[in-house]
This record gives sequence, structure tokens and C-alpha cells, in this order.
Amino acid sequence: MSEYLSILKYYRDPNLAKALRFKIAELAKKIEENIMIMHVCGSHEWTITHYGIRSLLPENVEVRAGPGCPVCITPATDIDDAAKLALDGVVVATYGDMTRARGTRMSLEEARALGGDVRVIYGVQDAVRMARREPNKDFLFFAVGMDTTAPATAFEMIKGVPENLSFLVSYRYTPAIQGSVMESNVLGIDAFISAGHSVTVTGLKPYYEYFLKSKKPMVATGFEPIDVLMAIYMILKQIDEGRPRIENEYTRSVTWEGNVKAQEVMDRVFDLEDGYVRGVAVFPRAGFRLKEEFRGKDARAQYGIRDRTKTQDEYVAGARCGEVVMGLIDPPECPLYRKTCKPEDPKGAPMVSQEGTCWIWATHRIVNVSPRCRR
Amino acid sequence: MGTVNSRDVITLLHGAGGSYMHTLIREVFIRLSDGFGEVPLDLMDDAAVIGNTVFTTDSFVIRPIFFKGGDIGRLSVTGTVNDIAMMGGEPIALSLGVILEEGFPKSDLERIVDSIRDTAKEAKVHIVTGDTKVMERGSLDRIVINTSGLGVRPKELDHDIETLRKTRQPRDWLVPLNIRPGDKVIVTGTVGDHAVAVLSSREGVGFESNITSDVAPLNGLMLNLMEVGGIADAKDPTRGGVADLLQDWSEKSGLGIYIRESEIPVKDEVRAAVEFLGIDVLELGNEGKAVLAVSPEYVRDIMAVLHSHPLGKNAAVIGEVRKDIEGVVMETVVGGERYVGRPLGDPVPRIC
Repeated sequence: MSEYLSILKYYRDPNLAKALRFKIAELAKKIEENIMIMHVCGSHEWTITHYGIRSLLPENVEVRAGPGCPVCITPATDIDDAAKLALDGVVVATYGDMTRARGTRMSLEEARALGGDVRVIYGVQDAVRMARREPNKDFLFFAVGMDTTAPATAFEMIKGVPENLSFLVSYRYTPAIQGSVMESNVLGIDAFISAGHSVTVTGLKPYYEYFLKSKKPMVATGFEPIDVLMAIYMILKQIDEGRPRIENEYTRSVTWEGNVKAQEVMDRVFDLEDGYVRGVAVFPRAGFRLKEEFRGKDARAQYGIRDRTKTQDEYVAGARCGEVVMGLIDPPECPLYRKTCKPEDPKGAPMVSQEGTCWIWATHRIVNVSPRCRR
Repeated sequence: MGTVNSRDVITLLHGAGGSYMHTLIREVFIRLSDGFGEVPLDLMDDAAVIGNTVFTTDSFVIRPIFFKGGDIGRLSVTGTVNDIAMMGGEPIALSLGVILEEGFPKSDLERIVDSIRDTAKEAKVHIVTGDTKVMERGSLDRIVINTSGLGVRPKELDHDIETLRKTRQPRDWLVPLNIRPGDKVIVTGTVGDHAVAVLSSREGVGFESNITSDVAPLNGLMLNLMEVGGIADAKDPTRGGVADLLQDWSEKSGLGIYIRESEIPVKDEVRAAVEFLGIDVLELGNEGKAVLAVSPEYVRDIMAVLHSHPLGKNAAVIGEVRKDIEGVVMETVVGGERYVGRPLGDPVPRIC
């Protein structure tokens, strides 16, 4: 572990940070125009907020959080379905954050308080182990997340999972979500910081078709503060040179092809289909569906769950979660932020999850919108 | 299917020392306060002061009960001793309440009681009264210990308060209202050791660590420090960690606190563990550390005493109190600035 730490120190080096800050300022001055950069990962938002990186950027450079928090984008109807199954006696296993996000009626945590058996696990392996250990109970793994967690589930499926374990699959495919945002001009985003661990799995390759259409700079980026500063510098350099391209800052993890083994495993188990991002829209090819061969493990088939996407009451009245998730507004622009919706009593998913922009901003006590360079 | 709100039931977070617990105390327990005492209940400090007597209570529900560097017995003495010491009091006597689960091994109980005896001796306090209850199997997790403690006013506190009079009008005890702009914030050693040690003692956590808990009585050290003077307030960063403590100070004193991330002492192994677990070291509980607000002209002497004491050898000045900022602000390692918020709960539950 100490070896890991000694490497990590470079990625938080104060002098390197100072040098990058200077170079960023220099380029920003030369470019003159306002540059809006979007990242699509809760971990990036955390790094940016936690290390105070926005306070280091010049006036005409803005970094905005886009859709990248798995808990935030999980449809309310999926949460409702999982909570209902928990109350019907099925043991529901899922990640900690997911238990606190409310669907339209309740969260899984609230279902547990009402007597449901809801268990927090760290990964699908825990669900498999529990189901094996307690063969007389029915287990459900609420499979939420991105392409980063989907391969582990696919791998377990191929290995064979116990009879009494089914899956409520709510995975989303990051390249399709970021790709749609790249192609859209609605948000006025000039460049993208791509989620390092997602790209580690998918590779940069799936982004190429979106890049060809949008010609917007994109840099696959790691999660240390120096990584993010470096990515911003690389983006500005591309803009200054007038040569947009797909670049890789996170070379210690990301390749063009990605994790081919993980992709093969995913391909064997899942098909891509349209995927609903809670409160935002249905994105083409952003959802995962179990292939015919594994349909017997699909909780939707097993428990007769209807496929639903948008619901009438997606959020509590007045909440602007969807706009926060898409980076259209900053959390303080939502009337509920830090008033009735707080980390200790969240109303919307972005305030529940540690990857949610609202949670990150609120726990860092941010009360003002970030300086907008373009509105 | 009816709807419930998680606010209607108690969750583990309500006992974790962060903002959930503060809300619960404000909503439910604060009604018990009638303003009695020099430091009454509603000040929500480490201990109450009635006349010249310091009085406090604490319950211990740690899992596992034996961990690297300590056990629930040692913890239940130091927890209460330190709460008294942080008020400037000198702990004298403790009560001991033990609730056991049916089937608890007698040998384990003896081991715990031996540890209580040894720690009490180390802290120079006496166990003077007690109570034992047993509950049926499954009603509680093995053992719960409660200790209450009595302390008196030492002459060292008189001296310390006297030194503060040169720069301010202090209260009679070490309370946040004594804190003034310009005071330096000192932490008496490396942070996060206890939480990481307890966590790594648990089965199935998936990481190993050689870190041992820092659990230790701080009353002796506090007397040495008050003898120097200049200490405006002291508090032990237990549940909720340094983050919760500084937030408390900022709210209660109405002043801002500025700290520098690069100055905060953290053992490499603890740093590695928090990286691995994705938790914030400032939110981790400690059981043998204090955070001090010290009048600037005494900082050199205080640091000298700390560095010569085994419980203070890694002490560091991590920041200062300021009136030009609000809340707790930290300069990060890369030079950015951010607020340090109050944690929701402890990222590692049941550590004390």
C-alpha cells in the first residue's frame, strides 16, 4: 500500500498544480472565448469540489457536472419495483447509496424500516454468496451502475448463479449517454472530460462515432486533482491549436480498445437497448437488457414487472433534479437545495448519492452557483 | 403500500456523531434542558459543569470488542476520562454499567474488566460504583458498557484561564466561547488511527492494516498543557472526527476556521486505507487525540510540551481561527480552497 501512496503523491503535487494552473491561465487568456467543459462522472465532481479546483480556474473556463451518477439516473419505477419486492418478502441486495434514493413512493431503506429485508453489499459476489448461504429465501440483486459494474454481474451470470437469485438490471452505458450530449448543441458544451474508470472498461473506441459527428475535444481523465488539471490543460491546448481530438490523459489505465475481456463478458450476457435517464430522457443504446439465454434470471420476467420509464411524479414537487443531472443548473438554483432537501434528509437522488452533484456540493457547504462564463 | 419517511424511525446514522445525530438531539433530547449548571445541557459540550464538578456519561457499543490496540474496556474508561479532561476538569471517579448478552463468555468479561482496571490506573481514576444487567440472546450485540464520570477543577485550569485574561474575557472552563480570531488550531497527533484500526479488526472488510488504535486517556497531558496556559478550548475528535469538531467550534464561537490540508498529520498506512475505502480522514473517529485552540503567544511552548510527551509527539499546528471567513475552510494540497462540512454520520459506524 505504501508503494501505491508514493505514486499517488505525484498526482497531488502542489508544485505541479501551480505549474498547470499557470499554463491553464496562459492558454485561457490567449483563447479569450468562454470555454465550457463537461464531465460525466460523480467521482470527477468530487475531485473538482473536494480539491477546490474551480477556485483555481480562470474566469472564462467553466467545468460543469453532467449525467454521471448511477444512483441519480436510476429510474424511480425501478426503485419502486425493488421496494415492492422487498416488502413482498424478497431479500433485496444492492449498494449502500441505492438504498437511500426514493422512487415515487419510498426508498429501499424505508422498505427495510417497514420490515423488508434489504441488505447493503459491496458487489454482486456478496449477493451470490448470500443467496447460496440462504437457499430457502428468494434474493434480488438490484443491478445499478454503469459499464464499470456491469461486467462483474455478467461474469457471475456466465459462471452460474444460484436458483434463488434474480436480477433487476438497471445498468446504463456511459459512451451512449456522453455521446448523445456531445451530439446535442442544446447545452452549449465545448469539450468533455470522460470518466476514467468507465473508459478503462469500454475503451475510447465507442466514442469515435460521436466525435466524428461533433468534433468536440474529449479527454479520458483520471481522478486525482493533477489528472483533472492536466485534462483541462489538454482541452485548452486542443482548442488553441484548433485541432479537436480524442485524447488520453489517464494513460495508466485507459486504452483505445479498453478491457476487451470485460467487453466480451458484457456482450455475452447483455444487449444494449434504449435507456431512460431519470428525469431527463430516453437515450438511444444506453440501457442493458439480459440476453434471451439469461432471461430466466431477469426479475422483470420472474415477477411480472412491467417495463416503465417515466412516471407522473418523478420527483417531489419543485425539485429540479433532472436539470442538475444534465448540468443545466447548479444545485443552489434548485429551490429545495439545502432547505428541505439536505444530505441528512434528501428529497432527490442527486442529494442521496455520494456521486450526486447535490450531495457533493451540500457536504462541501457550497451555497452559491459557480461563476457562469456563459448563460 | 403506505409511505414512510426515514425521519420517523431511528437509523444507525442517528448515533454516528454527525449532522443526523445533531438533528436528533435538537429535535428530541434538547427538551430536557432547563439551563441548570455552569455548562448546561443545551451547550451540548463534552461534559456538564455543576459548581466546580464536571459530570459526563458515555456508552460504548464498539464492534469488535477486542481490536488492534485496545478493547471495549479501555475505551469505556478513556472515553469518559477524555470528555472530562476536554472541559479542563480532572477526572476522579467513574461508574461502570455493563449490559451483557446471554451466553457471553466469562473469560472475555474478565479480560475486559482487567483492561478497565489497568486503564483506570493509568488515568489515575477510580471505579466507585457499578451495575450489571443481562439480556436474552439476540437482544443486543454481545456487550454494551456505560461509564459516567465525576471530575473536579484542577489548579492548572485556574492558571490557564488566568493566562487567557490577557487577551480576552474567558469563561471559567474550556468552552468554544473562549475562542478568538488569531487562535491557532493544534491537533495533538495523527488522525484516523482508531477508526482504521477498528475497521481493519473486523472480519470481511477486505483489507489488512498494522495500524493500532490510539485509544488513551488524555487527562495527564491536558494538565501539563494547561500548566503552560493559553488554551482557549480543547475537544477530542471522536465520532465525526476533526471535521465535526471544527464545525462545532465554528458554529458555537461564530468564527471561521482556516486549516491547511498539507499540515494535518496522517500516518501513511491510514492514508492508504482511507484512499482504498474512499472515506475522508477528517471524518474518522479518534480516541486518543485532542484538538486545541491556543492563543498565539503560547503556541511555541504548547508545541514543546506536546512534542516531549508520548501522546503528543506528532502534534501539529493545522490552521487558525479567523473572523473574515465563515465556517471551516481548508486549503487543499493543490492550493484550491473548499469548505469542510459536518459529516452526515461516521463513515465507519460503531467504533466507540
